[in-house]
Amino acid sequence: MLDVKAGDDESFALLLHRYRSPLVNFLYRMVRNREQAEDLAQEVFIRVYRAREEYVPSAKFTTWLFRIATNLALNSVRDTRHQRMELSLDAPVTTDAEDGDEKTLDVADKHPDIEQHLVEEARKKMIRHAIDKLPEKQRAAVLLHKYQELDYNEIAKILECSESALKSLLFRAYETLRVELAPLVAGAKS
Amino acid sequence: MSCNRMENRILPYVDGRLKAGEMKEMEAHLKTCAACELRVNEFRALSGLLDELPRIEPSGAFDARVRARVAAEPVKQSWWSVFAPSPRVAFAASMLLLATVWFGSRPNETLAPTNTGIEQEAQVVSDLPVLENMDVLSNFDALSDLPQPVSDESNQQQQQQQPDTNTEM
Repeated sequence: MLDVKAGDDESFALLLHRYRSPLVNFLYRMVRNREQAEDLAQEVFIRVYRAREEYVPSAKFTTWLFRIATNLALNSVRDTRHQRMELSLDAPVTTDAEDGDEKTLDVADKHPDIEQHLVEEARKKMIRHAIDKLPEKQRAAVLLHKYQELDYNEIAKILECSESALKSLLFRAYETLRVELAPLVAGAKS
Repeated sequence: MSCNRMENRILPYVDGRLKAGEMKEMEAHLKTCAACELRVNEFRALSGLLDELPRIEPSGAFDARVRARVAAEPVKQSWWSVFAPSPRVAFAASMLLLATVWFGSRPNETLAPTNTGIEQEAQVVSDLPVLENMDVLSNFDALSDLPQPVSDESNQQQQQQQPDTNTEM
């Protein structure tokens, strides 16, 4: 990032290449819409570019990056909450594919083992649904902890709370998920 | 040690992020507490479940869109750039300098009267003896006794009258 600050465009291209996938995945799991996630990820990179001259390496770059991303995601989720509720009432039955291309359930799919495929899809959907139901801050904490594998102190800085408060937040979030996914957890444990 | 105190350590324990001392305390507690041991096992199973969600890849046009937006960003000028000369300002300044040098190299007309003044002063100095005797010269009565100078017109009249007198003779 210091090279980007010095005006090195190649270094910005490296940052883009390195962080685009983690950012888009994090944002997609926050807002549950691929197009919106990519728009937000672009906005994150633009904000990083704009702020490059003021960047002070007081914290890890990933902390700064995901702090911008988390704030954008939380604002977006809050802004579109009402719209999402309206859409979900009218939404057709779909497989809610992870790649974001919502495919209508096709029984005549040419999958070799259609039953197993459907079970797997239902399982994934249940997990996604459980994550989606978490309060926004808990969801962000789980995603940063589980999928970005950030340290507790980094996540605490991103969410602007103390490390002990973050541990309590994460414990409550995982407890909720454990209860929501109890049938799957019991099956996975045995 | 109570289960309440262990709650916030279960997740770091599952992650393997506890410090050595905390790890020993946790393991000692788990040997005596079936509920916490069950919770640890369930958290491990839950972590495995969350791993099942596949990752997505950004679309092919993602990088191009970011680069296009970066290219469209206005160039940020620093505060000091205000003092950096633009081509127009540099041209105007150089023309002003040239004009100043040109005017400076021309003979200064405003100084000429001063020079003539010095010359006049030098002339006055050279006529100083006359000026010193000006009172005497202006009041010199003998000068008034001199015959009046004859004007050109009266001379001509006299010359015209003389031939007439010659013919009469």
